[in-house]
Amino acid sequence: MPTKIEKDSVTGVDTTGHEWDGIKELNNPLPKWWLYTFYVTIAFAVLWWILYPSWPTRTGYFPGVLGSLAREELEPRMAAARAAQAVWLDRIAAADTAAIVADPDLLAFANVGGQAAFNTNCAPCHGLGGAGQGYFPALGDDDWIWGGTLEAIETTIRHGIRNNDDPDARASEMPRFGVDGLLTRDEIDEVVAHVLTLSGREADPAKAEAGAALYADNCAVCHGEQGEGVQELGAPSLANSIWLYGSEPEQIAQQIWNPRLGVMPPWQGRLDDATVKMLTVYVHSLGGGE
Amino acid sequence: MAVAATAGVVPARRDYVEDVVQAFVVATVFWGVVGFLMGTIIAFQLAYPVLNLDLEWTSFGRLRPVHTSAVIFAFGGNALLGTSFYVVQRTCRARLFGGEQLGWFVFWGYQLFIVLAATGYVTGITQSREYAEPEWFVDLWLTIVWVAYLVAFFGTVLKREEPHIYVANWFYLAFIVTIAMLHIVNNLALPVSFMGTKSYSLFAGVQDALTQWWYGHNAVGFFLTAGFLAMMYYFVPKQAERPVYSYRLSIIHFWALIFLYIWAGPHHLHYTALPDWAQVLGMTFSIMLWMPSWGGMINGLMTLSGAWDKLRTDPVLRFLVVSVAFYGMSTFEGPLMSIRQVNALSHYTDWTVGHVHSGALGWVAFVTFGAVYYLVPRLWGAQRLYSLRLVEWHFWVATLGIVLYITAMWVSGIMQGLMWRSFDHLGFLQFSFIETVEAMHPYYVIRAFGGVLFLLGALIMVYNLIRTMRGEIREEEAMVVTLPAGARAAPAE
Repeated sequence: MPTKIEKDSVTGVDTTGHEWDGIKELNNPLPKWWLYTFYVTIAFAVLWWILYPSWPTRTGYFPGVLGSLAREELEPRMAAARAAQAVWLDRIAAADTAAIVADPDLLAFANVGGQAAFNTNCAPCHGLGGAGQGYFPALGDDDWIWGGTLEAIETTIRHGIRNNDDPDARASEMPRFGVDGLLTRDEIDEVVAHVLTLSGREADPAKAEAGAALYADNCAVCHGEQGEGVQELGAPSLANSIWLYGSEPEQIAQQIWNPRLGVMPPWQGRLDDATVKMLTVYVHSLGGGE
Repeated sequence: MAVAATAGVVPARRDYVEDVVQAFVVATVFWGVVGFLMGTIIAFQLAYPVLNLDLEWTSFGRLRPVHTSAVIFAFGGNALLGTSFYVVQRTCRARLFGGEQLGWFVFWGYQLFIVLAATGYVTGITQSREYAEPEWFVDLWLTIVWVAYLVAFFGTVLKREEPHIYVANWFYLAFIVTIAMLHIVNNLALPVSFMGTKSYSLFAGVQDALTQWWYGHNAVGFFLTAGFLAMMYYFVPKQAERPVYSYRLSIIHFWALIFLYIWAGPHHLHYTALPDWAQVLGMTFSIMLWMPSWGGMINGLMTLSGAWDKLRTDPVLRFLVVSVAFYGMSTFEGPLMSIRQVNALSHYTDWTVGHVHSGALGWVAFVTFGAVYYLVPRLWGAQRLYSLRLVEWHFWVATLGIVLYITAMWVSGIMQGLMWRSFDHLGFLQFSFIETVEAMHPYYVIRAFGGVLFLLGALIMVYNLIRTMRGEIREEEAMVVTLPAGARAAPAE
């Protein structure tokens, strides 16, 4: 098709004379503001290339007039941050948890640091503020499975529970009374009836009576005569209204039949010593520290 | 048009390959609905994790690539392939090279690629490279299909009867050639066994990361930008019935865009093991990319000079013009986010997700909707669309969906970035990760409802198109506005 330049009747601008499927093009110049902004961005780029590490060379790269490297900028800032906290962290590292709790300033710092570490490392299971969720126990009440003293909490955090990563991990194993045939289904129902009475609940008196003897033979050694629990064995109290695996009779029976056993990783080694101590102090402060 | 095309030289309609284009349009709409639906599902999964259903096949990690591939490669890809075949034949006044046979091979070959890719994702067969998840055997198949596509497209350009190559075809060609290069290099991998699906990338460490983001960013640059600019350059002037604003601008911004885009990838790797010099180059090339990107926006919007009044009566044109506006917004936001200090806040947050969607929903999808509304009556020989009122509904419902989506992601992304960098007076992090997740929950819900609206709009379109294909026309009030006395309604002869 021969080139045929026309004047657009609307804008008065010439076309280029090309046409494709009825589409023509106007011969407008480049918008000035567009062109100058383009130049400015190019000038900015060139300036940045001069100031900062930019073009590669045969042996390395042009380091730039300012020569700054992100990694080198980060180092002094990290050092300054570490130095600012070192005032406190050095004292925490040198003290035991009892001494930290006794010092109001150290305690205030440890609670903040402990909370930060808790929210990142512990909250995914135990919930924010140690509220507990699912089969992960609440840490804000005064019912402790493995003990709620500073020392007991620190041991649990350092070594964890029933894991293969730390030989000092807390460990105990409730027998699988049902699965392994130690008790019959009827006997388990009787034990459940007795266990219900331990926390002052209603149960069939005849069953509870029979269950009391079974309890004394099979359960009391760990959970205590009155179901008060034994923290050294991680055997929880059965005499209160806190039930990690459910308080309904069927849930209790299920736990006796084929027990769920909670696990927790060891944090010593993953977290530094001061952080473990701050975590201990923080968890202890959540409400139920002994 | 001011001047009608010279009569007699335009081939009769039956000379062009149109069955294949029809099939591509149907595939575009079908995969679009699938992609929007998947996006809506995974948006609700993020807000309510229980919707993962505890099944590996329906977990977020497997459905997310189904969503991204469905919208980018299935919806966007079918739109690009279909419109390119339509546009190249008309603007070259030549029948598709290779004819129906090659066209159908490209069509079915591409659909097979999509199905192979998607079934792989759901069953866990993936390279785990973002936007390049298909494994080696699917990559090889796509390479064959893509070469056939290049032959069909470039062959048509070569045998054209027009003296010049129209700007839309430059962009289509840049898209086809560059995607071929990106696809092949980024997917260089060694299969573990001949009969197995697993392979390992040829690259390792930071070089692997850079190759991946050289690919990833240019998938945005050449698939979602260059390809769709080609669509814009054909459908905007056609629908507006106005000449393209500036030929000179189209040349300059085309070459600037092509030259600069390819270097911008490193801005995805700020503050990583990537050397600082590469980060600086990636950032500066991204900033220089701002005006070349806007050249396309200016040419799109200014083509409306003398036809702005049509926006009131033509919702199809409105889709096209608003898409160009979203394109302008995203291509300003992109260079902004590439600045390292800004990226320090925005990276890894929802802001990035919002940015991508302002481009994907606002630009890519809207320009595609405009093109589909343009094509269907013409390809199916209908007098006009079944209902312009329904197009109007689609437009507003979808626009509201986009606004909800983007604003929710801006707020949640910036909030997330600020929470991550908050320290208390003793030097401890103020917020844990889980606290940021809880804070974002309401915005995740808003975003998901934005997705529902966008999907709803697409379903309105499906209904409208099916009625149009059947040749039905809805009795409805014409879309007219009363112009002030003396105003001109259409360009004078």
